[in-house]
Amino acid sequence: MTKLELVSPAGTPAALRVAVDAGADAVYMGFRDETNARNFPGLNFSVDELAEALDYAHAKDAKVMVAINTHASAGNSEPWIKAIDNAARLKADAIIMADVGLLDYAHRTHPDLPLHLSVQASASNAVAINHYTREFGIRRVVLPRVLTVPEIRDINGKINIKTEVFAFGGMCPMAEGRCSMSSYITGKSPNMNGVCSPASDVSYVQQGQNLKTNLSGFTINEFGPNEQAGYPTLCKGRFTANDKTGYLFEEPTSLNVTDILLELMEAGVSALKIEGRQRSKAYVREVVQNFRKAIDAAERGERLVIEMDNLSEGGQNTTGAYNKKWM
Amino acid sequence: MNKSKLSLGPLLFNWNSDKIRDFYFAIADEAPVDHVYLGEVVCSKRIAGKNYMLEAIERLENAGKKVIISGLMLVLDDRDLRVMADIAEMASDYLIEANDMSAVSLLWGKEHAIGPFINIYNEATLKYYEAGGAKRISLASELPASSLRTLAAVATAELEVQVFGRLPLAISSRCYHARAHKLNKDGCQYVCNRDPDGLSVDTMDGQKFLAINGLQTLSYTYCSLLAELPEMAEMGINNFRLSPHDVDMVRVSQVFRDRLDGKIDAAQANDALEAEMFAIEFSNGYYHGEAGLKQISV
Repeated sequence: MTKLELVSPAGTPAALRVAVDAGADAVYMGFRDETNARNFPGLNFSVDELAEALDYAHAKDAKVMVAINTHASAGNSEPWIKAIDNAARLKADAIIMADVGLLDYAHRTHPDLPLHLSVQASASNAVAINHYTREFGIRRVVLPRVLTVPEIRDINGKINIKTEVFAFGGMCPMAEGRCSMSSYITGKSPNMNGVCSPASDVSYVQQGQNLKTNLSGFTINEFGPNEQAGYPTLCKGRFTANDKTGYLFEEPTSLNVTDILLELMEAGVSALKIEGRQRSKAYVREVVQNFRKAIDAAERGERLVIEMDNLSEGGQNTTGAYNKKWM
Repeated sequence: MNKSKLSLGPLLFNWNSDKIRDFYFAIADEAPVDHVYLGEVVCSKRIAGKNYMLEAIERLENAGKKVIISGLMLVLDDRDLRVMADIAEMASDYLIEANDMSAVSLLWGKEHAIGPFINIYNEATLKYYEAGGAKRISLASELPASSLRTLAAVATAELEVQVFGRLPLAISSRCYHARAHKLNKDGCQYVCNRDPDGLSVDTMDGQKFLAINGLQTLSYTYCSLLAELPEMAEMGINNFRLSPHDVDMVRVSQVFRDRLDGKIDAAQANDALEAEMFAIEFSNGYYHGEAGLKQISV
């Protein structure tokens, strides 16, 4: 059994301090530009803020990982190269990357900078992970949210680096890093712009008692007066196929693995990642505190199920692909 | 554009063996395409029981077509890895198209093709795959013309762009076809075989939104870059992929060939395509840096 590391998101320096104080072992963040997959207005860190964050976290024995996990665009790799060089210069504890060209650059230019393979690289099997390890010396892989617990156990038996899995928060039903649904509808995608279903394309339309949510003019969902309206992420809406209307791709739900922590530990997982760099300090504090308790209980062999429905999208939880029934 | 070549991408849909065999026989005998990609890329469950492959290869090769074998785009478990290992063993006889990093790894150092499900957004990534032996690279449909031009300027591999058919947008371990039929993946009853071009997904207001194909999500619109062909050829992109649909692909490929040969202009080509497929909405937005579903007048 490995000791699970708790990896928290931080969209701002204040959220990072909250996460560290609440018991996170590591915090991941991004720079304030298109080099990371949460390129939202008002979010993320300047270079100076990363330096301060590293000082704060290290003083409390926590790590800071820098997500540089979008793809450099053709003819304009400067922002990404600068982000990597800055993270290396400030001695970030790791950078989290998906782009092969950038991994190659980082590995050759900064051999001492630990590289983690982002979930956006969609490395879903041992052969792929071992390729990244051999070629770029990656030390950890964040597994895509398409694998069952037995599949994760199998992968861990065939690789010699650490695995990190998503534990809580928003959940892509698609293989991450291989989805361009958002750019098909809005022109902006995770891979090219670091955004999915961007707020700039969202509108809410009240029709009688019902509220419709729209993305670029497409109706993503319609809520009755007694339903809680959710953000129109385009794969989390109600659509019609085969003459039936419903949540075809995924319900508005959040991943929550607190009730399978023991199984994940047994499968050889090293770290748990909480999604949500766009979330508030209060959210980060509560989720990190809850997971700290759940992980510490799991270390003692105890199962501590924490619902956190109040923190979940649509008030619902799922263990996603970790349980085969989800598929 | 005479040196431009047409290719027929891998069949994305779960047709039965007889239909697939007949399809490739017609392509072999009549379609003016140079390369034909064969193989299952969406779901390894569909492979069992299919027996068209050897006959199709023989007929296509006898007709002078170059056959390329395509691998799975999402490789999860031992069954998937065995499929990929079997395909990689064919690398001495055929060019293999990798659509997952596991395939890239198995083919590393040998001549191979890179499919559109491997992310290549910049020059450094393109060069990395070329150094590993990639001789043909099929680029992601999300890329705008400006990126295509930059990549074409540095590429030594043959570059390919999809110019016809529904665009692959996403892959999952969850089967949406099964879900639409209230089934799960293990007990899917292969319901994806009921929709030879994918199952349309509409919004609650009846807007045409997307299409599903088993584990895959596709565009609702069909990409058509008939008007953009000359500009891409001028960039140095010489391979154009037609993604198979349940229409007269012989006729569709003839329209694209005639356009490449300058026998018809863009308007005539569009008219010919629309005559073939009058109920289809076409799009070219990605190429023009817009939302993929848009149709930009050229």
